[in-house]
Amino acid sequence: MSAAAKKKNPGFFRAVGKDIAEIGTTFAHGDWRTRLSYIILGFGQLLRGQIAKGIAYLATEVLFIWYMLQVGNRYLAKFSTLGTVETTKVHRKTVYGDNSFLILLYSLLTICIIVFFIFLWRLNVRENLKEELILKSGKQLPSNKKVLASLLDGNFDKTLLTLPMIGIFLFTVLPIIFMVCIAFTNYDKTHQSPTHLFTWVGFDNFRELFATGGSGLGSTFGTVLFWTILWALAATFIDYFLGLGVAMLINKKGVRFKKLWRTILVITIAVPQIVSLLYISKLFASDGIINQTLLKWGWISKAISFWTDPVLAKVMIILINIWVGIPYMMLIATGLLMNIPPDLYESASLDGANHRQMFRYITLPYIMFVTGPFLLTQFTGNLNNFNVIFLLTQGGPLSTKLKGNAGYTDLLITWLYKMTVNDTNYRMAAVIGIMVFIVTAVISLVVYNMLPSVKDEEAFQ
Amino acid sequence: MAQNTEKKYASMKGKRRASLTVTYIVLVLISIIWLLPFIGLILQSFRSFDPAVEPGQNGGMVSYIVPKTFSFDNYKFILSDQTNFPRWYLNTVIIAIFVSIGQTLNILGVSYALSKMRFKGRTLLMRFWLILGMFPGFLTMICLYFLLKQFGLTQAGAVPGLILVSIASSGMGYYVCKGYFDTIPKALDEAMMIDGASRARIFFTMTIPMSKPIIIYTALVAFMAPWCDYVFASYVAFGHDKSYNVAVGLQRWLVNADYQGYFTRFCAGGVLVAIPVTLLFMFLQKYYVEGVTGGAVKG
Repeated sequence: MSAAAKKKNPGFFRAVGKDIAEIGTTFAHGDWRTRLSYIILGFGQLLRGQIAKGIAYLATEVLFIWYMLQVGNRYLAKFSTLGTVETTKVHRKTVYGDNSFLILLYSLLTICIIVFFIFLWRLNVRENLKEELILKSGKQLPSNKKVLASLLDGNFDKTLLTLPMIGIFLFTVLPIIFMVCIAFTNYDKTHQSPTHLFTWVGFDNFRELFATGGSGLGSTFGTVLFWTILWALAATFIDYFLGLGVAMLINKKGVRFKKLWRTILVITIAVPQIVSLLYISKLFASDGIINQTLLKWGWISKAISFWTDPVLAKVMIILINIWVGIPYMMLIATGLLMNIPPDLYESASLDGANHRQMFRYITLPYIMFVTGPFLLTQFTGNLNNFNVIFLLTQGGPLSTKLKGNAGYTDLLITWLYKMTVNDTNYRMAAVIGIMVFIVTAVISLVVYNMLPSVKDEEAFQ
Repeated sequence: MAQNTEKKYASMKGKRRASLTVTYIVLVLISIIWLLPFIGLILQSFRSFDPAVEPGQNGGMVSYIVPKTFSFDNYKFILSDQTNFPRWYLNTVIIAIFVSIGQTLNILGVSYALSKMRFKGRTLLMRFWLILGMFPGFLTMICLYFLLKQFGLTQAGAVPGLILVSIASSGMGYYVCKGYFDTIPKALDEAMMIDGASRARIFFTMTIPMSKPIIIYTALVAFMAPWCDYVFASYVAFGHDKSYNVAVGLQRWLVNADYQGYFTRFCAGGVLVAIPVTLLFMFLQKYYVEGVTGGAVKG
């Protein structure tokens, strides 16, 4: 890892160095059109007849300057403090001061726009250089029509990706950067914008998360994290093997109505979980039908607290998740079982292998081999499996031993949700979000490099 | 010797029959466990909340599954103008249709670009999106809420707001579709290019028609998700009853509101939600299985 990083770094710096050198030499050797393009983007292109490109560059620059003057500089100036003017009440009128939320959001947007603009400027310089070289070698530049047509041909990828990338930037990248920044501020109940300011606090929130004494969330975080990982392991592997088992049962030679059995299981996937899981959560409620029936039959003397006993609630969640998870795995395993080369079994049975041995030495290794990446995505998906937990227990049962309103079945993700919605404790929610990311990323990286299908791609080919 | 084998064969046959019987018993048990909640849900939805019809209770939970008198009271109630349920239903259908179309187009475009075209920064982009995907989705909720609010797409405008958010970032979910495109031989593209077809032409006249299974899979998955979307929908539509979707409405009936009184009505609503989605799913099951298995193997 470190060796690879070391190897990569000089390459990166060399590339940047080369880039800067190219910008310099282009300016030194370029004609006056190119040189002017360093300040007025698209100028060289326009003068060389590349109207479409030139206008696009020029328009972007005008927009950029307009944005920076109108919006960008105002917010960026307050970025370091996130606002200093408090909202005050003069007599009965509220005089609004700085809005920290807006300042942070627009500052980040502005920074991103500046980075994008620098990138565009670099592109503009290179394009000028290219055009000059083409003209110098006596060739002609492509016509404007050709340039535009290339957006549907050679540059079709740019056409296809532009809108999705803008969408991802605005609705995923920018919000994530924003929330990562929130983790370093004191934005919470007592610092709500626009009436109150919030500001940078460094690593205070992280210290609070890990601190075990006083108001620290350390022990609660440990409990929740432990259960999150335990849950993800149980949910992934129990479902995986049981689903495989059910698929093999149905696939067994001589079993009839294969389609019927499968269809019955698949209904679970088809019915929206909001309906099925909410109904099931009420089945097991203390006044639910199961408790009432058992009471009526006299099997129990008082209602079993399925959802209020911490251990029982966890067991129930894992059991019900089996109900949710088996059908998916059954579908996948069915497809895979059919793909196992039959001659593997034939030669095994010629060698006198019995069913158990065939399962142990052929079926299982094959399935594990091809579903390695799938298992990994299932695992990371289960780390963030919001629906099952939230619809069944909403993270409960709560306890005074746990801080931050966490319950015993809360995953990091449901805890994050509660902090955002119920407690408006945005700063801690952001910190937990970063923790979820770290856990997911570390596990993915480590496991991915251990997967047999990554290590040894050819094993079953 | 021959006798011996015959005996062995007969015992094997017996063994096989025994094991088949066990298998059937297990399968029947599994079927009962898997179907019971749905049977319960449907039966309960026909139990009236009116004590005059169903004696001794008022739409809460009881200790029996089969109602004493079958009635359509719950359905009549939730479809009347006493609740906003029809409105929630309409909202969800609208969201599901638009999200389904938008996400499919988005994912198809991204997948084609990533699968068939080679451009600078392609692997970097894919790696970047992979890392982005490791951040939990709810983390950004307040920021998205604020962004939507800037455009007036919260509360009263929650429906278009939800559609926008669901479509905007969907390009990152390209894996299964790209995996499918990867299996279409490059030679086909090249042959058409030699004939002078542009990339766009190849995409629209060859790749898309060849990708019917994956298009149906993508659209189906996208169509089903909004029916379950509770978290973000409740956040964006907060306090504005008319902008709820069925998930938010049902959840409130059962958890936040006086669920003892609304239990049977929740069941009726649940049945109405489940029927079209389940039917559609069953009808297109083949494509779903193809997509899921393909996706699992390629990772």
